[in-house]
Parts: sequence; structure tokens; C-alpha cells
Amino acid sequence: MKLTLKIWRQKNASDKGGFATYPVDHVSKDMSFLEMLDVLNENLTEKGEDPVHFDHDCREGICGTCSLYINGKPHGPLQTTTCQLHMRSFNDGETITIEPWRAKAFPVLKDLVVDRSAFDRIIQAGGYVSVNTGGVPDANEIPIPKTVADLAMDAAQCIGCGACVAACKNASAMLFTSAKISQLALLPQGQVERKTRAEKMVAQMDAEGFGACTNTGACEAECPKGISITNIARMNREYFSAVVSSENM
Amino acid sequence: MSWVTKTLKSTLGRKLVMALTGLFLILFLTGHVSGNLLLFKGDGGEAFNMYAKFMTTNPIVKILSYLTYISVIGHVIYSIALGQLNKSARPVGYAESKASTNSTWASRNMGVLGTIILLFLVGHMYSFWYQMHWGGIPTVVYGTEEYKDLYSVVQVAFQQTWMVALYVIAMGFLGFHLSHGFSSAFQTLGLNHVKYSPAIKAVGKFYCIVVPVLFASMPLYIYFTS
Amino acid sequence: MILDSKIPAGPLAEKWTKHKFNSKLVNPANKRKYDVIVVGTGLAGASAAASLAELGYNVKAFTFHDSPRRAHSIAAQGGINAAKNYQNDGDSIFRLFYDTIKGGDYRAREANVYRLAEVSVKIIDQCVAQGVPFAREYGGLLANRSFGGAQVSRTFYARGQTGQQLLLGAYSALSRQVANGKVKLYPRTEMMDVVMIDGHARGIVTRNLITGAVETHAAHAVLLCTGGYGNVFFLSTNAMGCNVTAAWRAHKRGAYFANPCFTQIHPTCIPVSGDHQSKLTLMSESLRNDGRVWVPATKETAEKLRKGQIKANDIKEEDRDYFLERKYPSFGNLVPRDVASRNAKYVCDEGRGVNETGEAVFLDFRDAIKRDSRKVIEQKYGNLFDMYKQITGEDPYEVPMMIYPAVHYTMGGLWVDYNLMTTIPGLYALGEANFSDHGANRLGASALMQGLADGYFVIPYTIGDYLAQTPPVKVDVNHPEFSKVAMEVKDRISHLLNIDGKKTVDHFHKRLGKIMWNECGMARTEEGLKKAKAEIKALKKEFWSDVKVLGANEELNLSLEKAHRVADFIELGELMIDDALNRNESCGGHFREEYQTPEGEALRDDENYAYVAAWKYVGENQEEELYKEPLVFENVKLTQRSYK
Repeated sequence: MKLTLKIWRQKNASDKGGFATYPVDHVSKDMSFLEMLDVLNENLTEKGEDPVHFDHDCREGICGTCSLYINGKPHGPLQTTTCQLHMRSFNDGETITIEPWRAKAFPVLKDLVVDRSAFDRIIQAGGYVSVNTGGVPDANEIPIPKTVADLAMDAAQCIGCGACVAACKNASAMLFTSAKISQLALLPQGQVERKTRAEKMVAQMDAEGFGACTNTGACEAECPKGISITNIARMNREYFSAVVSSENM
Repeated sequence: MSWVTKTLKSTLGRKLVMALTGLFLILFLTGHVSGNLLLFKGDGGEAFNMYAKFMTTNPIVKILSYLTYISVIGHVIYSIALGQLNKSARPVGYAESKASTNSTWASRNMGVLGTIILLFLVGHMYSFWYQMHWGGIPTVVYGTEEYKDLYSVVQVAFQQTWMVALYVIAMGFLGFHLSHGFSSAFQTLGLNHVKYSPAIKAVGKFYCIVVPVLFASMPLYIYFTS
Repeated sequence: MILDSKIPAGPLAEKWTKHKFNSKLVNPANKRKYDVIVVGTGLAGASAAASLAELGYNVKAFTFHDSPRRAHSIAAQGGINAAKNYQNDGDSIFRLFYDTIKGGDYRAREANVYRLAEVSVKIIDQCVAQGVPFAREYGGLLANRSFGGAQVSRTFYARGQTGQQLLLGAYSALSRQVANGKVKLYPRTEMMDVVMIDGHARGIVTRNLITGAVETHAAHAVLLCTGGYGNVFFLSTNAMGCNVTAAWRAHKRGAYFANPCFTQIHPTCIPVSGDHQSKLTLMSESLRNDGRVWVPATKETAEKLRKGQIKANDIKEEDRDYFLERKYPSFGNLVPRDVASRNAKYVCDEGRGVNETGEAVFLDFRDAIKRDSRKVIEQKYGNLFDMYKQITGEDPYEVPMMIYPAVHYTMGGLWVDYNLMTTIPGLYALGEANFSDHGANRLGASALMQGLADGYFVIPYTIGDYLAQTPPVKVDVNHPEFSKVAMEVKDRISHLLNIDGKKTVDHFHKRLGKIMWNECGMARTEEGLKKAKAEIKALKKEFWSDVKVLGANEELNLSLEKAHRVADFIELGELMIDDALNRNESCGGHFREEYQTPEGEALRDDENYAYVAAWKYVGENQEEELYKEPLVFENVKLTQRSYK
């Protein structure tokens, strides 16, 4: 396959940036999208041009490092991570536009690499159960209905890639935040800090400069792990009941 | 900052205001459309005019009407605030976006739809609500009591083709606004349940079609029958 | 120097308890006076950083990722072992210990492995308390599955994403300590070297991957939780960023490297599809619970298959060779990884491979779907099947999967004593970065167990013993050693940037990988290893004269990052070959063709090689020195492993 790549290039966070166009040839259908970019980068390096920087690591769809807004969609045309996207999803002669995630809370660091540490700070605000190592009860002491455990697992599958933010027209991080709030609100272990957690995580999410949810459902449709927006509804419930009943002023 | 203002300033708090005012306006629309059905009664407007008087004088309705004004204003102000916040969350946009593959047009354009509806509302209120309260409109007497003849004002208004067209088109926008707004309000309130959500969605779909169609049928009925 | 493993005296089952009691403690009020550096934030690093911060130490945690949640522990699919015996099927701490020692082909330390089995039960408790959503039965209790190399069901799992859930659990504990101010997190920061003062590790030099700033950090102890070095093979199931740099730099400063040639080849990976391949994808070993491994019984049928004249489903039952079930009737498809991998290689070498390259065998779910229904299989392996389909474009519900072995895990690593301390005082290695628990082969679902055991339950005790003997005086980052090492790091950076050769970093990495895979992979020979050693020496020379690293230091520079890592991989490759050459026996993942039983099984030489080979770096381009730590087995009888 022969392709034309239109890629966002930006030297660093303060650079204005712009698109550059690169033709690529001999692209195999079995290549992954990132392998196609590897080939481009090898060629650029050989020519003495700065390779295109993009985030990636596990290349098996679980670490959440890869991003890329491909042809108008986060992680490209399929509902999967970019590293699991293969060139068989594209046609010979196609022009592919590649942009970084766009959000105030995800500033571009270089080319297609963005800073997603806002997600870490949301988790730091309360996305945990405050238990120290040791001194915990036996794992089977509290039975958890399978349906509840499954629901919690559905939410816990979030890989923190940020596709939800990238897809949302408001750059809202509610799917991400709600997935963690939901997971821990569902499980008995999360009950003790349930209210405080919802309040603090929502406050941090707002402080990071993410937008609000307008329930378009784009996040759910683009989430590579299929996290459901029912989690956002649960977060709303958790938050509203927390603010009216918690003792935090 | 008290916890109340803090909550109302949060993204979720603002959404809550949108949802609650939105739902209240949905209730208002339900009342409005059912009352206006009296236009179809064919009694020369007697029932309609009596209803109009009731609506402008009954103290409970008065309270409700003030709540409606507050809801409209709240809905508008919060939508502006939220819209600005949401816009600022993405200072640099995408060169290419295929949003249509992941969400409905209405859900992404609630602000546009709302603005159009607001403009319509201003005109609508001037035409009828203002006239009813402060305009010099004719009166009729049923029995011994004197009533403002809003019915005739309506009749006159909807003789004009452009008015009818404007109203029908505006109801189209209202339908789209409701098509997302109805179920969205429930989602925002956290009223999402595997058993009931399908019903909420179904009612929402029904509502967003039936209410605007009923409203739109009123000017059309008058236009074609008189 | 004599390697002192510091294994406590006394009966096996009491060693750890006694050792904990005998370890010195740091006074609670003094803990805040100690700084600890944790490099790497995977299972071992995150759990260690969180646990040490909870105890009151000041922790600095470093990761080259943008977030601690990205570490490659996240990719472990199948599960985590623990001797809970919830299934009432005869499991016990001793059995888990025994299985692990045997699975490791008797090349691991008894005491370490027993401790691992002992704390395994606490790990599950800890993770559940953190809100890890393990799979459960309808009664609400935890579910288990079985795994290769064991005849009991002791593996706890969270769908096919156990590593992810455990890592997110440890990450949440770490995040809590970041919020508490007890851990200072340094993402996108790579460790470049260890700083030693008076023979003790007292800090590190790092490079900020965004700004290029070379920085120094001082502490009373340094923990390397930096994972394995499987990427020395270029193609492996490791993430692209996995590297040996931190461990290797420590090695060059005096930490011995143990058993580097012990690499695990995982039997169930998606086969290579072309030259463009950047990494290999693992399919969880748990698939072998229900999938049956086979190839056509004859070369001729296989040939037709490769040419596309027939399809897998057309091949009749009698024309299929379920070679693992045939050769190992009692373990069948669940034989340990090394055995499964080697047998796949044999049948492919016989010309019975099933894909275009001839390097693949089938893993077939037809019978399982018939037996349990598609729905049950979907529930168990849905995400794995989806992943397979996405990568290969084939639907494993309809046609059998194709798999082939790939490098997956490295049992070797920095030599550590019972306290997890390397030969550098104050420098520790945890998780895959050390060599300690898996011998010559790791059993499935044991890596997660070891990473968390080291981080949650071992290091919090053992580090106290060391720190209690270290005065609680701030380590001065202005000590001349820091600026000296920082200068060396800067020199190396500018050296790499100034070579301005013709070949890319990946070019060298790929060549190194090929040499390693061909000669130091699934099967090794003296002749091949010697050839490879010469090739690597030449490769190293060429690298340092002809590599092309673009850009500057003062920016995000992926080529520069990679160049550092590949340079270290090349040196490590040579040491792996030395180690493989030295070990004139076959054991676990190390298979020397000269040493095998008549049936083609690994032939150990317990008399001469029941030791840990620990290598000491003596200088640039010099042969490393070998130190032996004899392995003493008091509780298990060394037998030829048999899974028949």
C-alpha cells in the first residue's frame, strides 16, 4: 500500500506546531499502525530528519500509553487502541491525518506526545482504598456477589489512555473519573471512603481543566475498553448523594 | 465557599442545574401543550380563554410560572457558563473530526438548538404572553364575567403564513433539543438503571416527537380551518 | 569475594519468621529521616514504594513512563498464584514451594522460594482489600483456575487482565502516598547510573526525558524494580520500553549479574508475520487449560496446509498430532512453559509447522466450545480471542489459533541475597530485575506473585535491617561523587549524539536480536554461542562508531533514549552468551543441545552446575569474572523433571 500521512509536528510545548506531510510506501496490510510509523521514523532518521514522536509501549492494548487522533477519531477507525489497529483498516492511496489528543488538561509535549499526568492527579485525589500493607482481613472474609464483582471489573478495565477526553467535544474526563469511582463504590472495600472519594475526585477533575459532560456518549463509543457511560450516571449519583450527606464542608 | 456554592460551581453541579431546570421545563411543556389542546375544541375559544385567565390569575399557577421563568433563565445562564467552560477545555481543536460516528448531531449541538429555541421563545412571548398581560387585546364576556380574548389573538396571528412556518420550524428544533435533553437529564441525575433506562429512553423518544408535533399542529390547524 | 546469600539458619518453614524477628528495626520516629529511591513503578516498584512510604520513609519513585500505571506488569494476563487452598484440592505452602522449585528445574534458592510461597497468601488478601476485582464464584467467594506446571487450582485472576488489576491496585496504593506527600513521583525520568559513596549505593543520576536535564538524587538506599531484559532479543513479548539499563549500570558499578542466560520462552504467542514486526503478542497461558495444541501428523499434510490447499478444520482427527497430550499424558497441554515451547520448536523443525513461515502450531478450541458452549469460552477468554482476531484478522472461535514460542521473561537478573540486596550495599533489586525465585524456568502466574511479594512483604522488613545500621543523616547530594557520575552520564550522552554514523539504533537492535534468538534462544550449542559472541563483539564496535542518533539532549528524544538502552543490551547480550557457554547442562529455559536425554528432554548436571552463576564486571571490553553461589537443597530431592 501507498499512503500519505498528514502528521502534526510540534517541537515542544511552547512551539506553535503545524502539519507536515509524508508519503509512505510498501505498507503491508499485516503491519500495525505503529509499525507503519516505525518504518516512517526509520526512513526519516536515515535521511537525518527528526523522527515523529509518539507515545507507545506495550503494543498489546493494555498499558494505555498509545494515543493518536487518527482520521478524526481517537485510536482510529476501530474501537481499539492505536497499537492494536492494523493497516488492513486502511485503503491504498489513502491520506491519513494524525493529530495529538487535544485538551487543555493534556498539553502537547512534542509532536503527538501529550502530558496525561492530570489523570494521575485525579487518582491521587481519592482513587484508592486507604489500607496499608498487612493487617487486612482474609480475602474470602467478605463475599462479593459475582454480578457486583463483574460490574466493578467492567469499570476497572479502564487503561487510562485518555481516548474519552480526546473524543468528547468538551474534553471531559468524566468517563475516566467515573470508572474508578464506580469500581470502588460497587465493592464493599470501597464503602468507607465512598463519599469523600467522589467529592475529592470530582473536585480534582474540575481543577485540571477538563470540560463537563453533555452526555453525547462519544466517550463510550470510542473507549477501547468499552467502559459504559452508566458509570458516569453512577458517579453523578455518588457525587450528589455525597455532597448532601457527607460531613465534609 | 459554602458547600452549596462549591457544588453549584462544580461541573457536576452545573450539570445538575441544567438537568433539573430542563426537567422542570419538560413538565411545563407538558402542561402547556395539554392546556393549548383546548384550541381544538371548536367552541369559538371559550374554553381556551377561560383556561388562559385561569393560568394568569390562579396563585398556585403563578408560583409555578415564576418557577418556569427561573428555570428558563437558569437553564440559559448555566448553559452559557457550561458552554464556556467546555470550550475552554479544548483551546486547540482538531483539524479533522468524525464526531458523527460516535454521537448524534443533536447531542453535540444542544447550545445551537437552545439558542434558536430561546430566540423563538422571545418572539412567542411577545406575541402572546406580553399581549395577554399588558397588550390591548379585545375582551369577551362568557356568562357574566369578562375575559381577555387571547383566542382571537391566536387566530389572527396564525392567519399569517410566515408565522405558521416559523412556529412549525421552531417546533422541529424543540424536538431535536428534547431528543437529547430528555434522557440526558435522567443520565445527569444518575437515574440510570439496567431495568428502567430503556423505558426512559423510549418515553424520551415518544415525548420529543409527540409534544412538538402537537404544538406544531395548532398553528397549522388554525391556518387551514379559518 | 564470597557470595553470602544470608539465608537464615533453621528449618525451612521457620526461616522467614525468625529472620524477621532477628532483623533490626528502625525506630518509628527515625523513619522519616531516611530517604529511599525506588526505580521503576511496576508491581514490585509500586508496591515497595507504597509500603515503605506507609512505614514512614521518604520515598522518591522514578519511572520512564508518563505514569506509574503503564509499567509492563500491566500486561500479565493469566493470574497470580497463591497457596490459599480455597479449592480444597490439596494445595499448601509447601506444595507451591515444591512446584516452583521443580518448575524452576532446581536452580533457585530453597529459602527464597519458600518465603515466596509463604507470603503468597497475604498478597491475595492485600489486593482484595485494595479493591482489586478478582473473579468470583456465584457464592461470592474467589474463583481459581489452574495453570501450567501445577496439578492444583491456585491461580487467582481478574478476567484476562490480572496484571492490570494488580498493578492498578499497587498504583492506587502508591497514588495515596503521593497524595500524602510521602512519595515524590518522577515520571518520564530515566535512571542513568548509580552513585556510590564509600562502597554504598547512595543515590542515582537521572535524565528527565522531556527536558533532557541530567539530575542527581541522594538517598540512604536504592531499590531497582526495573523489570527484565527480554528485549535483548528485539522481538519479545516485553513492552517496547522494557530495558536493562538501570540494572546494567548498577552491574557496571559492582552489582553481580546472576544467571543471565536463563530466559523464558513462552509457548503461546502470536507468530511473527513479517519483517516489520516490532514486538510479539502473548496469548495467556491460561488458554492451554481449554485449548489443545496440535500440528498435522505428517509433513505432507502440513505442507498442503502451508500452501493453502487445505484448511485446518479439514484435517481429520486421526491426521492430527496432539503432541503434548501424546508425549506428556499426565500434564498434557499444561506442561511447563519450557517444555511446551521446545516441543513446538521440534515439530516445526520437523517441517510440521502450520503457517506460511512454518513456525507455528495450532491451539484449538473446537472441542472446548463443543463441550462447554461458545458462551462459556467467551466468558473465560473473550478478550484474548478478540485481541487475536484484531492482530491476525482470523476468528479463533471458527478456526484454530496459531501460536509460536517467543521470549517472555528473564529469570536471570541482578544477584541478590535473602534480603534482596545486591552485592552493592544499600542497592536492592526486586521483581523480575533480580534473579532469585524462579531458577531456570518460571511457572505461569508466578511473576505477579514474586513482584508483589518482594514489594509488599519482603523489602519493608529487610530494608529496615540495613537502614537501622545506617546513621539517619541526610545524604548530601553535593558530595563530589554525584557530580562526578553526572558528568560521566553527560559525556556518554554527548558521545552518542556525536557519533553521527549511518545506521539507526533500531538497525543495531534488530541485528542483536537476531543473533541472540538464533544462538541463545530456545536451543543453544557451544559452536553457535561462540560464533554469536564474536558477532556481538563486532556489533558493539560498529554501534559505537556508526550509530546515528539525531537531535539534541535538551528535548524529548526517542532515538537518544533508545540508543542508551541498546548500547547496554549489546553488552548484556555478550554476558548472556558467556553464561550460556559456561553452563554445560540443560535446565529449564536454558537448553544446550549437547546435553539432553535420549527422549530430547533437558539433561541437568546437578553435580557440577547446581549453582547460581554470578558475574562480576571488571572493566570495559574485559571478560567478566564468574562467582558461584552453590545451591543447597535440604527439603526437596533433585529429580529429573517429568511431566509424563
